[in-house]
Parts: sequence; structure tokens; C-alpha cells
Amino acid sequence: MTTISTEPAAPATPASTLDLAGVSRWYGNVVAVNDVTMRLGPGVTGLLGPNGAGKTTLLHMMAGFLAPSRGEVTLDGAPTWRNPDVYRRLGLVSEREAVHTFLSAYEFVLASAKLHRLPDPEDAARRAIALVEMEGAQDRKIGTYSKGMRQRTRVAAALVHEPRVLLLDEPFNGMDPRQRLHMMALLHRLGDAGRTILFSSHILEEVEQVSGTVQVMVAGRLAASGDYRTIRRLMTNRPHVFAVRSTDDRALAVALIAEESVTGVELGPAGLTVRAGDYGAFTRALPKIALARGLRVRSLTPEDESLESVFSYLVGS
Amino acid sequence: MSTVTWITARGLFGRRRFLLLLPLPALLLALAILSRSLGVDPGQWGPAVLVGLGLAVVLPVVSLIIGTGVLGAEIDDGTVVHILTKPLPRWQIVLPKLAVATGVSAATVAVPLYVAGVLAHSVRLGLALAAASALGALAYSALFLALSLLTRRPVLLGLVYVLIWEGLLGRFVDGTKVLSVQQWVIALADRMAPTDLLGTTVSVPVAGVLTALLAAGCTVLAVDRLRSFSVAGETS
Repeated sequence: MTTISTEPAAPATPASTLDLAGVSRWYGNVVAVNDVTMRLGPGVTGLLGPNGAGKTTLLHMMAGFLAPSRGEVTLDGAPTWRNPDVYRRLGLVSEREAVHTFLSAYEFVLASAKLHRLPDPEDAARRAIALVEMEGAQDRKIGTYSKGMRQRTRVAAALVHEPRVLLLDEPFNGMDPRQRLHMMALLHRLGDAGRTILFSSHILEEVEQVSGTVQVMVAGRLAASGDYRTIRRLMTNRPHVFAVRSTDDRALAVALIAEESVTGVELGPAGLTVRAGDYGAFTRALPKIALARGLRVRSLTPEDESLESVFSYLVGS
Repeated sequence: MSTVTWITARGLFGRRRFLLLLPLPALLLALAILSRSLGVDPGQWGPAVLVGLGLAVVLPVVSLIIGTGVLGAEIDDGTVVHILTKPLPRWQIVLPKLAVATGVSAATVAVPLYVAGVLAHSVRLGLALAAASALGALAYSALFLALSLLTRRPVLLGLVYVLIWEGLLGRFVDGTKVLSVQQWVIALADRMAPTDLLGTTVSVPVAGVLTALLAAGCTVLAVDRLRSFSVAGETS
């Protein structure tokens, strides 16, 4: 595990802390979450990892919808499992797009406000809907909404009691870029206001726009945690592997090994496998080298650009 | 009306499966009216229609559809999460749902049974059947509501109980009758309006106590299970 920094930004308002202490969850022989310890404070945190890494399982345990097999999840010291009282301070937007399609957004958010026993449910519902900018469509049936609108409605319902902690499972799934930006801005506003916001995602670029901290999960384990930029640098500085085919692979291999950015060359029947320490330097150098030797590069394919390899590199380091 | 009651009722009446409820009570009514208008002796059609159809089929099946629907349908489509992420003690979710299930089931079954009872014998029998089936609806609803939290196939298991345990075994193995809601309802109705049309070997005190125990026990169980409600992991 790579621990870079787990210190959250200084809280602006009295805030809640979500603590996970040695949390594991297994289903029979399958370990979904393996000994995860983290502390979530105010601000926006991204929970990042490839599909199947255990993000949803972890979120469900945080939200009190799954008992940890081992370890404990606490919100300000109180366990979240079998404790409905935590929902006074906690909101959840689950991944499953489950809404009462026969209600309008206003009815839906108002029902949430009433279930929370808020003193002025109508006002709270209107404010939550304004926060996600859904006033224009609030009286239409949810069944007629686009995916992004439904997601915003669900966020409004989860925010109606102004929880100090908001958990969102893959909130950007199926959103177009504009909706994504809009949601990102909303999460930032909430985080800046001193709320603890955690969202999960399996897409690196989604997290890019979030300036806060990230927690990276791979295969049930917490692979890295800390400032996004630090982790991003770690990711870009990793060795890159390319498959290269040319008119004369052996001659190219000889030339490449002299290049500084190249850390290894392997000659195989299907061409060259080149390991480079610096992505940019190598891709700039390759055409020049080929040109100087009178070789023609037929193909250049980055081999490990899949998310899984990026994530597993983090686990390995 | 509480918000949970409101959402439950809207969810129940808003689904197509609610329409499944109508043919059975209608059949019960039609058969009773037909038999009476043809002048058939109530001793001949009474037990078959009142018990064989009314108490053995219409009451449990209607209660099954509604009882597994009030919470089970929300668990199936995931909307239950919206209600569960509220700081409500879980009994405040279970009790309104049980009340809706019992009320709708009782209304759907008691009205045709009342009419059939009046046509077969007397207003007193009609009222007794209506009252006893309402109590039966409570016991069944509590049972099926709890079942929808214990298994992912509540309708199937409920049908097995109704058809195999009450329907088949109850007919051949006498001992199973003591643990049959259907027999309790018959015993209670027969006590309120003694006729030759209803008959059971289960005593009234046993029927009364067991009905209360089943309803209370299943409700407590449902509240406890809802407290430990787990969302199935996508990665599992």
C-alpha cells in the first residue's frame, strides 16, 4: 500500500468524520473488501478503482447497508450498521437508478423531507431542488426524466436534510459531459461548505477535475490514498510498455537501447516490446531515431494503458 | 396518513400486479350469486364456495400478492433504499406497511365473503366470515411481509405454504391443521356464527392465540430483519 498523505483539508465548519478501521467483507470464499482503514473528513474525496475492486461493497458498508465481516465503520464514533440514527447526518446516492417513477421530483424530495421529520419539509424540498437546479422540471413525473435529471433528483432527495456526509456511488455514470461538469461543481460547492463528500468512480478522468483527495482501491485493497496530483504523478511516471513493429526490428532495437528514456527492449516474433520511463520523451524520440536509421515504424501501440494496469502498478509500487 | 403509508399505497395501486387481485373475489361473488339464484341447497355449495374457494384460496392468495408486495416490490426494484436511509426506527416502516397490507387484503376479501355468507346462511354468518377473514388477513400479511425480508423468493415460498402445507397436507395429515391459518379462520368464524357450513378440528382458543402469536412474531421478526437489511453487493 502506498500512503502518501491522509490528512484532509482543515474543516471550515463543524463536520463529521467517517472512520473505517480494518474493514473487510467477504462473500463465502470471495474477499470483496480486504482490511481497509481510512478516515474521511470534510471536502471531496474520490474513491477510485476498476470495476469489481470492491468500491460498491465499501460504500454499502459506509452507508450501513452491509455488515463488515471484520472491522468497524463509524460515523463520529457511532457504528453505521443497524443504526438508523446515522441517517440524520448521512446521505446516500446509490448506483442503482431506483426511483419512484410515478412521483414528480418535488413529491419525491418532499417525501424524503417528511420521512426525515424536518420542521418545514416544503421549504427544505424546494431548497434541495434549487441546489441541483431542477426547479424547471420539478412537477413532471420522474419517469419522463433523462438519466442526468434522475440522478440530480436523487441527489436532491439525499441532500434534503443537509447531511454532513454524502456518499455517491458512480454518480457520473451515464451522464453527458455537461451534466458531469454540473455535478462536479455541485460536489465541490458542498465540499467547500465543510461537508464530507465521497464519490466512487472507475474512470480516472472523472476524478481529474476533483481537487480533493483520492482513495484508490484495487482488488478489495486500498492501494493508495492521498492528494490526487501526487497519485496522478505516480501514475504518469510509471514505466510504459509499447509494442513496436518496424521494417527492421533488430536494427531498431539496437538504436533504441541507446535512447535515454528507454529502460528495456525485448525482441520477439511479433515485434519489439519497449519499456520507457518517460512517455513523452520516448514518443518524441522514436520517429527521429527511425528516420536517422532509415527505418519505417509500422505500428506503435501502448500496451498497458488499461485502467487495470494503471491500478495494479499502484499496488505493485 | 404517514409518508410511509402514502408511498406504500401509491406503490401498491400503481403497479399492474394489483389487477391480479380482482378476478378471485369476483369469482367468489359470482359463484355465490349463481348458486343462490339457481336455488341450490346452501349445504351443498356453502362449504365449497365459502371454505374451498373463499378461505382456502382467495384469502391466502390475495394476502400473498399484497403482503409480499408492500415491501418486497420495493426491495426488488431498489427503491426501499430511499425509505431506509432515513432516521426512522424500523418498526415505523414495518407497521405502516403491515397496516396497508392488512387493510387492503381484508377489504378485498371480506366484502365478497360477507355477501357470500349472507347468501348461504345469514347476515350473522356473513359478518362472522368478514371479521374472521380480516383477522386471517392480518396473520397472513405479517407472515408474507416477514417472508419478503427472509428470502428473495417470497411469492414462491408463500405459495408453497398455502398450497402444500395448508391445501394438501391439511387435508390428509390432521396434525398440520393446528398450524394452518386457514383452519384458525374457520374456527373463529364458526365460533362467531355457528352453522353446519364450517367445520374444523382446531379449538377456538388455540386458533385465537396462534393467530395473535403468528402476527406478533412475524412483525417482530420483520422489524429485526429490516434493521439488518443488506444491499446485495454488485461485486459478489
